[in-house]
Amino acid sequence: MLYLIDRRTTTRTKSALNRERFLRRYKEHIRRAVQNMVAKRSIADMASGGGEVSIPARDIAEPSFRHGAGGNREIVSPGNREFAKGDKLRRPEGGGGGAGGAGAGSGDAVDEFTFSLSRDEFLNIFFEDLELPRLARTVLGKVDRTKLERAGYTTEGAPCNLSVVRTLQSALSRRIALSGAIGARMEEVRAEADADEDEDRRAELEAELEALGGRQARVPFLDSLDLRYRNRVLKPAPVARAVMFCLMDVSASMDENKKDLAKRFFTLLYLFLTQKYEQVELVFVRHTEHAEEVQEDVFFNDPGTGGTVVLSALELMHKIATERYPASSWNIYAAQASDGDAFGADGGGSARFLEESILPLTRYFAYVEVPDGADARASALWTAYDAITHDGRFAMRRVTRREEIYPVFRELFRKEA
Amino acid sequence: MEPLPHGPEWDFDLVERYHVAIAETAAEFGLDTYPNQIEIITSEQMLDAYASTGLPIGYPHWSYGKEFIRNEQAYVSGAQGLAYEIVINSNPCIAYLMEDNTLMMQALVIAHASYGHNSFFKGNYLFRQSTEADGILDYLVFARRYVLECEERHGVVAVEDTLDSCHALMRYGVDRYKRAGKLSLAKEKARRERRESAQQHLYNDLWRTLPAAAPGTVAAAAERYPSEPEENILYFIEKNSPKLELWQRELVRIVRKLAQYFYPQGQTKVMNEGWATFWHYTLLNRLYDKGLVNDAFMLEFLQSHTNVIAQRGFDERGYSGLNPYALGFAMMRDIRRICETPTDEDRKWFPEFAGGDWLKTLDFAMRNFKDESFIAQYLSPKLIRDFRLFAVADHAGNESLVVDSIHDDDGYRRVRQLLALQHHYDVIVPDIQVANYNRNGDRTLTLRHQVLRGRPLASDDADQVLKHLGRLWGFTVRLESVDGEGEASKVRECVPTIAAAA
Repeated sequence: MLYLIDRRTTTRTKSALNRERFLRRYKEHIRRAVQNMVAKRSIADMASGGGEVSIPARDIAEPSFRHGAGGNREIVSPGNREFAKGDKLRRPEGGGGGAGGAGAGSGDAVDEFTFSLSRDEFLNIFFEDLELPRLARTVLGKVDRTKLERAGYTTEGAPCNLSVVRTLQSALSRRIALSGAIGARMEEVRAEADADEDEDRRAELEAELEALGGRQARVPFLDSLDLRYRNRVLKPAPVARAVMFCLMDVSASMDENKKDLAKRFFTLLYLFLTQKYEQVELVFVRHTEHAEEVQEDVFFNDPGTGGTVVLSALELMHKIATERYPASSWNIYAAQASDGDAFGADGGGSARFLEESILPLTRYFAYVEVPDGADARASALWTAYDAITHDGRFAMRRVTRREEIYPVFRELFRKEA
Repeated sequence: MEPLPHGPEWDFDLVERYHVAIAETAAEFGLDTYPNQIEIITSEQMLDAYASTGLPIGYPHWSYGKEFIRNEQAYVSGAQGLAYEIVINSNPCIAYLMEDNTLMMQALVIAHASYGHNSFFKGNYLFRQSTEADGILDYLVFARRYVLECEERHGVVAVEDTLDSCHALMRYGVDRYKRAGKLSLAKEKARRERRESAQQHLYNDLWRTLPAAAPGTVAAAAERYPSEPEENILYFIEKNSPKLELWQRELVRIVRKLAQYFYPQGQTKVMNEGWATFWHYTLLNRLYDKGLVNDAFMLEFLQSHTNVIAQRGFDERGYSGLNPYALGFAMMRDIRRICETPTDEDRKWFPEFAGGDWLKTLDFAMRNFKDESFIAQYLSPKLIRDFRLFAVADHAGNESLVVDSIHDDDGYRRVRQLLALQHHYDVIVPDIQVANYNRNGDRTLTLRHQVLRGRPLASDDADQVLKHLGRLWGFTVRLESVDGEGEASKVRECVPTIAAAA
């Protein structure tokens, strides 16, 4: 007797739940590993996601009662070639020995449990607890999304939407209404028949009574009139729309290292936004002495060089924002990266323009500075921006090393409590 | 019968034709099996099955995720191949076949799993005694649903904590011997009457004159609970833990049941694999003798087969202990050899079956032994020579290791005895039992570890398991390591924080 079954088509990810449990349990380890990865990776790698995570085997071991080193025992092994009874052998390293053996052995046995995260798992952990600050969900833009909402009951519909309770309720009331009136009439007729002496009249009444009884019996338990269906209607759903402006200084003073830092920051930002929000539009603006709007791959990969006029970028952003993204129907965000160079009136002008024209439009503006070194003194732009008065919609940070990018990024986009 | 077609590719029709041929051949040898269910799965599903220790359904737990990731990693990087099959002790007996196997491999696996393992599951006394092949799948479905329900109601973390603690004690969730069944009412009555009549029979007025025992001693004796040490710690916790919620008790029970289900498998690794390997070898050779399969098939088969039963020497690269397939297969073959062509040595060592009926002898061995007793009974001097087995003594008092015995006349018995011991449950798993539960006092649970030949517990692990025990028990748990003279050499204690605060 044989049952031969092809199981290949049934669900393949039986262990997905177990895997998720494992990742949840060792989240701390994994988060730390992910953080280290950011510093080491090239920009192209960062977007491809995934990566190896190592956890010390000790941390994930499952304990059980077992024999430790020490005591007396014999071990039988195969493959004896030269030994005779009574031969003495040196103890192999790490094994056996006295009570001290256990401690010594565990010292060099710190092997790692290594596994890889998928791109999604990587990014999920990467951007956990991050959110666009001050996002207003009520801003209604172009409505192209709808959702089903309950809207009472109808008398027509698909069988799957049949509301049994409502149907039976209306059937009950219909039965009461119809047979109740008949019942009342029957009572009357019966009373009249009892009172009446006339034989003919009584027979007439008896006949009516019978007819009424027949009508009462014919009132159906369930009629197609009774059917009630749950009703749902499509309603336009408000969509929170957001646009993120990425501004980057690519002038000559931004050396490769600084550009790398800035690009890393924007790569994180880009990944974060595309990962978490389907409805976020991105605008890339880079500037030297003049600003231009570019595509994302140009923004990240194309080297540019020239002088520095910060104001040009801010003005271009303002122009794009007012033309294409009216603040009334868009959540506007911006992030700017620069080494802080600003010459002459540029710094003060930029700060003023930012404060007066841009901040009122935006929900959040983050400025990230990549100075020459950790101990460099405050730059012209930094000093100018520092004087801006705002209500929490402006933030600035300095980043000098790769490792700082991720913490700074998390700080800027932390989920509001 | 017509020769069976051979080629690298299999299809369902061919698998069924091979199965018919193998089933007929197995019937010639009188193999008694559960009905067979063969399921074709992908390598991914095989990895899934690995993670849940071969069971088709399991409750979710992070440790299974860890196993899955570990295996997947090893498999994807090419460090580890996958088993050709997994077989489940159930009725019908389910065998999983990988879709990437060649036709020959499918035939091999059917012979190995669906006839070898299957008949072992049905015949061996340990499996008959302690596992219920009919109910296991239903129980697994229940267990999974129950755990998921608990997670919903009490939170994933709380469930995980309890399961972690249970898993740490899994090896102590086993009844090694079947408990006596409850007596029927009639039998109980008969027993009572028998005892009463015996008492009347032995009545002697003299006993009345003895002074009564001091009241204190009786009370002290009554306080001892359980009255006899309990080896199934999880069982004791399930029934007696003062703190556990009802749902936690049920979780303990689920883990305990699974442990019980796996218990015979750990005890019969050598025999089970040896038996299955012996039968796939014998059955496929028989197919060849009958002219059903050709030389190409046999060459491919022998290549796989020799890989499975390879045994490396202790000092060779890739040595990882005794290969149970190699040892088991060699012993099964050896028993057949001793029956068919016994030497003088065999007659001297195995007078009871040398020259006898090999099928009967093998069948008897399969039914009535576990690894430890099987080796003690059937390992022949010839095999000890073939494997060049030797025993090394590792004694704490000695500076160096000493070769205890080798494959010579003096050593055969000793090597055999030591190898058998190496497969003994008590040697593998430290002997720890529930000694006392202070029911009327501070509710301390005392466990006793009977130290075996001075071998201590692995300290770090023991402390951690004790913490898990404390979590399940809710009050102080004490673990006393007791040496041969009954003196406690080491006492560990775990005081759960909740109890301390209360």
